[in-house]
Amino acid sequence: MSQIFDRRRMTLAAVLGALLASTMAGYAADDTIKVGVLHSLSGTMAISETTLKDTVLYLIDEQNKKGGVLGKKLEAVVVDPASNWPLFAEKARELISQDKVSVVFGCWTSVSRKSVLPVFKELNSILFYPVQYEGEESERNVFYTGAAPNQQAIPAVDYLMKEEGVQRWVLAGTDYVYPRTTNKILEAYLKAKGVAADDIMINYTPFGHSDWQSIVADIKKFGSAGKKTAVVSTINGDANVPFYKELASQGIKAEDIPVVAFSVGEEELAGIDTKPLVGHLAAWNYFESIDSEANAAFIDGWHKFIKNDKRTTNDPMEATYIGFNAWVKAVEAAGTTNTDTVIDTLVGTTVPNLSGGYATIMPNHHITKPVLIGEIQDNGQFDIVSKTAPVVGDEWSDYLEGSKDLISDWRKPLSCGNFNVVTGKCGGNS
Amino acid sequence: MSFFRLFTILFALIVSFQPALASRIADTDLSSRIVALGAGGFDDLEKAIANLAASGDDRVPAVLDRLGNGELVVRKADGAVFFADKAGTDFRLTDPVTGSDAGLAPKATVEKVKVNNRIRRTIASAVGALTLISPDPAVRRAAAEAVMKSADAAAIPVLNQAIATETVADIRAMMMAARATALLASSASEADKVAAIAAIADLGSRDALGFLSGYTSTEGAVGDAARKAVAAIESRLMLWDIGQNLWYGLSLGSVLLLAAIGLAITFGVMGVINMAHGEMVMLGAYATFTVQEVIRTSWPGLFDYSLLIALPVAFLTAALAGILIERLVIRWLYGRPLETLLATWGVSLILQQTVRSIYGANNREVGNPSWMSGSFSVGDIQITWTRLWIILFAVAVFLALIAVLKRTRLGLEMRAVTQNRQMAAAVGIRTPLVDALTFGLGSGIAGLAGVALSQIDNVSPNLGRGYIIDSFMVVVFGGVGNLWGTLVGALTLGVANKVLEPYAGAVLGKIILLVAIILFIQKRPRGLFALKGRAVEA
Repeated sequence: MSQIFDRRRMTLAAVLGALLASTMAGYAADDTIKVGVLHSLSGTMAISETTLKDTVLYLIDEQNKKGGVLGKKLEAVVVDPASNWPLFAEKARELISQDKVSVVFGCWTSVSRKSVLPVFKELNSILFYPVQYEGEESERNVFYTGAAPNQQAIPAVDYLMKEEGVQRWVLAGTDYVYPRTTNKILEAYLKAKGVAADDIMINYTPFGHSDWQSIVADIKKFGSAGKKTAVVSTINGDANVPFYKELASQGIKAEDIPVVAFSVGEEELAGIDTKPLVGHLAAWNYFESIDSEANAAFIDGWHKFIKNDKRTTNDPMEATYIGFNAWVKAVEAAGTTNTDTVIDTLVGTTVPNLSGGYATIMPNHHITKPVLIGEIQDNGQFDIVSKTAPVVGDEWSDYLEGSKDLISDWRKPLSCGNFNVVTGKCGGNS
Repeated sequence: MSFFRLFTILFALIVSFQPALASRIADTDLSSRIVALGAGGFDDLEKAIANLAASGDDRVPAVLDRLGNGELVVRKADGAVFFADKAGTDFRLTDPVTGSDAGLAPKATVEKVKVNNRIRRTIASAVGALTLISPDPAVRRAAAEAVMKSADAAAIPVLNQAIATETVADIRAMMMAARATALLASSASEADKVAAIAAIADLGSRDALGFLSGYTSTEGAVGDAARKAVAAIESRLMLWDIGQNLWYGLSLGSVLLLAAIGLAITFGVMGVINMAHGEMVMLGAYATFTVQEVIRTSWPGLFDYSLLIALPVAFLTAALAGILIERLVIRWLYGRPLETLLATWGVSLILQQTVRSIYGANNREVGNPSWMSGSFSVGDIQITWTRLWIILFAVAVFLALIAVLKRTRLGLEMRAVTQNRQMAAAVGIRTPLVDALTFGLGSGIAGLAGVALSQIDNVSPNLGRGYIIDSFMVVVFGGVGNLWGTLVGALTLGVANKVLEPYAGAVLGKIILLVAIILFIQKRPRGLFALKGRAVEA
């Protein structure tokens, strides 16, 4: 019970803090650098995005303790786009033109990112996008610090092929753009690896699907064809809990049919008893259980900042951490917060990540990341069973018809996000 | 998996030395084999496990068990391997060979020996082969299952030994099947293999189907037998599949019934379009979470009764919230459905955000009491206890509600008010009070649904969102104002959904169902069981 009340007090404090921060913005003096935070604090996406808002506030706090940037303090401007896609664009406009922020950290879903893109282009500002996504995009004003499909999905499939000898694949996802694109890439990849079409089952479910009985039974049936079977899950958000509960109650163990998920992290597992799930996998670029000094320091500072040592950390938090530090480093190197200069300086900037290595921002505005495969433990954490060398984010997938000829390079003189190497023109396939 | 061969030889030796009680190798030898576990990657680990199992030492199963549980650590300083038990932030180390205490070690000085699924499988089959003649029948059963999964030809002699001494019939059958799968993988004669296929086919289960499917593309008599057996099992399982789908449909129907039955009162009987109905379900689920949390911290012994305790709490919480909403918002809006719709939609957003502020946006864990965990099989239909209890609970709630409406004074007054408000007021019924109580009853039942749903869905502020559309669909389809209509509607939709799903997929299945309902409503605007008489026109 006491835990609940602590949580309540904490949330109240966070809400008050956010309110204060947003009202203070009006009175702010010119000797601060403003940082926009565009994450949903209410509505369906609040479950994931609130943590990222706190992460940016935490990073700003730490940076200010070190004396800020260019001798000025950083100041957060927090807005709440309330999981409402058009509102994301409005709030982005408000941040850039009214509050005059130098950079924005924000968005979770691809549709929210797509909705703010025109605003960032028109008003020429910088967005750091910290979530794994389906790729097929590279914009001058956006830096993608989450994983592209080749930094998450493909290495996970490789791991299952090599370590588990998987020959039959279930691609299960929620019915929207990220799972559909990722599964299209995976299907092409698997076929290129010699997997027969009969050995691939693709299944989509609506958002928030809660009755998984038939689908789990189908997976079980598909898996009893005499070949090692695995499930690649791009199931999103709330649908995961009933899915894993059903797996457990139908007795599907990880040793029989392992499930590798791309959207299940420490936060999502907080709502489930993980004992029956031990051994199911997740692929990310960061796990809380990483054994490195940088990670220990980050977690320690996070617990102190949020005043709750039970709060978990997750992959998009690390992506925010990398993006934030890269921006700070680039601004300091450029000596200004001017958008064009900072965008040019950011390319090639290298900052430490939390897994004991370094992340470099590439000319395609994606970053280098190691791919980690973790197995779920009974305490809700992941045990890392595989770690690759850093992989460069591939914005235009090499496995899709429409995009395999495209590259992106925002350095001068090319300065193009969709250069077609076959036609030699900038502008995609047209 | 050549370790089986090595091990088999040793095993034969062990058996021939009976009745020697325990078999042991020299401590130094065992120790060096154990140290090898901590030496390299997964490939090395697999070899080290094989080598360790090959020793045949009776201390090996315990070591492998701890390894599988992730309780084996390497001391970074000298590479020695120990059992580790958590003691605060440190580990208490125990020597795996002698069992003597090796003191406390800080977390940073030791490293866990990592295992993955492949290693866990290797461990299971190694332990399985070592424990096939264990005195404990449960251990023997698990061992037989593990050996069956590994389907290794080298295990045949061990299995022969075990089958000869096995006395429990069904464990013996499992061992026979395990031997059959091993035979198929071996270089036995074709006749033996055909016999083995027949033995596996006798199991008739999905596992058997899985094994046999691997041999359908083989040439000759073995392939023929396998194809025939697979076809036979498939046609048998197809019938069971129909039963399974019906069961899933029944289970989904019961969930829909629970979610919709409260709405059948507030919307069906009172005519209030209550968009905050889903949030009443959510409040019930959070009440369950709170009750469990209190029980966990204060009276852990009562955990198995937590849901029973949560039932009244959830009912009262949701009923109280419902009465408040009725008194504060809805009563000003009777007869104005559009405004009611918008106002209750607003209330639902407020409730969601309130819960989010109090409990946080993350999912909350509501545990299953032991009597609701696990599953059992009827033929090839697997029935999970959770689902079974939810069906029973839905029926109980439904019957209780019917009894309240038909047998109590409140029910009588409720029916009177809904049928003819003026007349009811004229005979002295306090209609505003009845309105509030009716709304409270409907909301309270939604709260009860929340207790059940907390067992299968996630407890998050968005919980109610997923059920509101389905609930309205059930009530409208079943016939507004008729509880039996709600029952039939929920079960029909549940079964139709689950029968369609395997063919059309979850997304398309739902669309087909919606279109079908729209067409049905066109034909019969009042739903399956329309109310008749003057009350309808009023």
